[in-house]
Amino acid sequence: MSKKVIYGVFDDEEVLLESAKALTSKGVRIKDVFSPFPIHGLDPVIGIKPTRLSNFAFFYGMFGTSFAIWMTWYMLISDWPMNIGGKPNFTWLQNFPAFIPVTFELTVFCAAHGMVISYLLVNKLYPGRKPHNPDIRSTDDKFIMEIQSSENKRVSEDEILSTLRNTGAIEINHKELN
Amino acid sequence: MEHHSSATVRQPLILGEKTYHQISEDISRPIEGKASRLFKIVFTIASLLALWGVGCFAYTIGTGIGVWGNNKTVGWAWDITNFVWWVGIGHAGTLISAVLLLFRQRWRMSINRSAEAMTIFAVICAALFPVMHMGRVWVAYWVLPLPNTFGSLWVNFNSPLLWDVFAISTYFSVSLVFWYTGLIPDFATVRDRQMKPRMRKIYNILSFGWSGSAKQWSRFEEVSLVLAGLSTPLVLSVHTIVSMDFATSVIPGWHTTIFPPYFVAGAIFSGFAMVLTLLIIMRKVLHLEDYITIQHIELMNKIIILTGSIVGVAYLTELFTSWYSGVEYEQYAFLNRATGPYWWSYWSMMTCNVITPQLFWFKKIRKSFIATFIISIFVNIGMWFERFVIIVTSLHRDYLPSSWTMFHPTFVDIGIFIGTIGIFFTLFLLFSRTFPVIALSELKTILKSTSENPKQAKH
Repeated sequence: MSKKVIYGVFDDEEVLLESAKALTSKGVRIKDVFSPFPIHGLDPVIGIKPTRLSNFAFFYGMFGTSFAIWMTWYMLISDWPMNIGGKPNFTWLQNFPAFIPVTFELTVFCAAHGMVISYLLVNKLYPGRKPHNPDIRSTDDKFIMEIQSSENKRVSEDEILSTLRNTGAIEINHKELN
Repeated sequence: MEHHSSATVRQPLILGEKTYHQISEDISRPIEGKASRLFKIVFTIASLLALWGVGCFAYTIGTGIGVWGNNKTVGWAWDITNFVWWVGIGHAGTLISAVLLLFRQRWRMSINRSAEAMTIFAVICAALFPVMHMGRVWVAYWVLPLPNTFGSLWVNFNSPLLWDVFAISTYFSVSLVFWYTGLIPDFATVRDRQMKPRMRKIYNILSFGWSGSAKQWSRFEEVSLVLAGLSTPLVLSVHTIVSMDFATSVIPGWHTTIFPPYFVAGAIFSGFAMVLTLLIIMRKVLHLEDYITIQHIELMNKIIILTGSIVGVAYLTELFTSWYSGVEYEQYAFLNRATGPYWWSYWSMMTCNVITPQLFWFKKIRKSFIATFIISIFVNIGMWFERFVIIVTSLHRDYLPSSWTMFHPTFVDIGIFIGTIGIFFTLFLLFSRTFPVIALSELKTILKSTSENPKQAKH
């Protein structure tokens, strides 16, 4: 059976937000929204949970800190202690003040790069990936709502279309997915 | 970012009757149009200078750093002066993109992209100098903590020079990914406008296949915010560590605890001057007058007054401290700066950095493009002299008077410095013709609240 997709095209993000609220209050599930910039307040309406990326960043940062502590300890205290300018090199703790800069930089390095790599992975962004925005105008000045009819068995298609029309969609397009 | 109510006391940040589509048009025009005659002329000059610099670098590598004017007494000279100057310039980009993002300053949106580009190109120029100064550049990787074949001797984590390796490489790489993360959605806008398949393909690769779905945007905002939060302490740490290259030594004039904040303020000061120099030209050449307005210039000028005054206070504090310390070597170092053989560099620094930025207290000057441009050039020169004064005047009077000497730059010193300016402008010009120079997707979020004629709100 073929799946049907409805695209509601808007030219204003606030109109789209109101329309999304009207649709979801009727029990319609909105699959996705494509927009040229983030629409604030949209995520809870269409059921997108807050991202956990910053938690990841915290753990990457902790990894960086631990790695730096291990590295400075192994290289300058354990493996080859060096007497530099009379600075104490018997224990890591005594030499720690001189290791703060490197520890800080490695923390930032790991947190930032780890987070960006995770971001690219979960967003599936990489050079050569085919963009999947339904309409090229969605990166310019149009806001596009995607509704899959197979996900909305309980609400009739006509009702979805009329709600879209009544709440300010300037265009409604259909696509058959096989 | 949030929905601000349109405040009437503030000047609009976007002039003219713009729509979302018009913003895409205006920012994409330099990429899609043909290069103007002026662009070709400037690009030729910049790339010739860059080539000359590359030639001087090659000569240095082939012959050794004896071709520079450095000598046994003045072991650091133009090389480290240029290094600190370029790194400092880079700081404004991060300040604009990260610190102003955390403070929710909307005026950053028209200028952050090009300021970040400036950061990256400036750090590239900066990094060339310490690498060249190593002499044997082919073993530059020895600064990394790698196991080696000479016994298990490791790098020295107690040394500020090694801290610099970590700080500069972290700063460069994090700035680069921060910049690119912001560029991805804008590349997608450029991609979706292209009719020619080849252009479309190139910008599709650059855009990483961005589609702008709600989930992608939600993650995008999170990653921008966290990167800004990480970059803010990072940028402060970088020039702090650069200043420790000097402050942890026992050279009179260097051995001061004031250095970290003084260097950071100076870095932001010089960076904003360079941003102004570039943007005042760019807004004209690329016809971005509606986006980079006098309002932006005035706000940046206010930061110049603030940081310039901090720098001025730091100079006076240094003088007072050297007198009050009662240490005759410290006192001599400062007396020598002001009245010794390098007096002209000291007074150039004082005039350019302390006096000229104070002119911005006058609203007329602060709100004039031409005056701002001229003062920004003065600040760029003054901040170069500041590093020259710190480095060369402190070194040229060694502990033993028999070692006292002068530093004279050779043609290679000059060639390398001019060359990095060429490299910087070549990269910046290439950027201005191929990348969206304004963060257009971010700018669209503030169109309704800060444009001159908010007719977008038509519902």
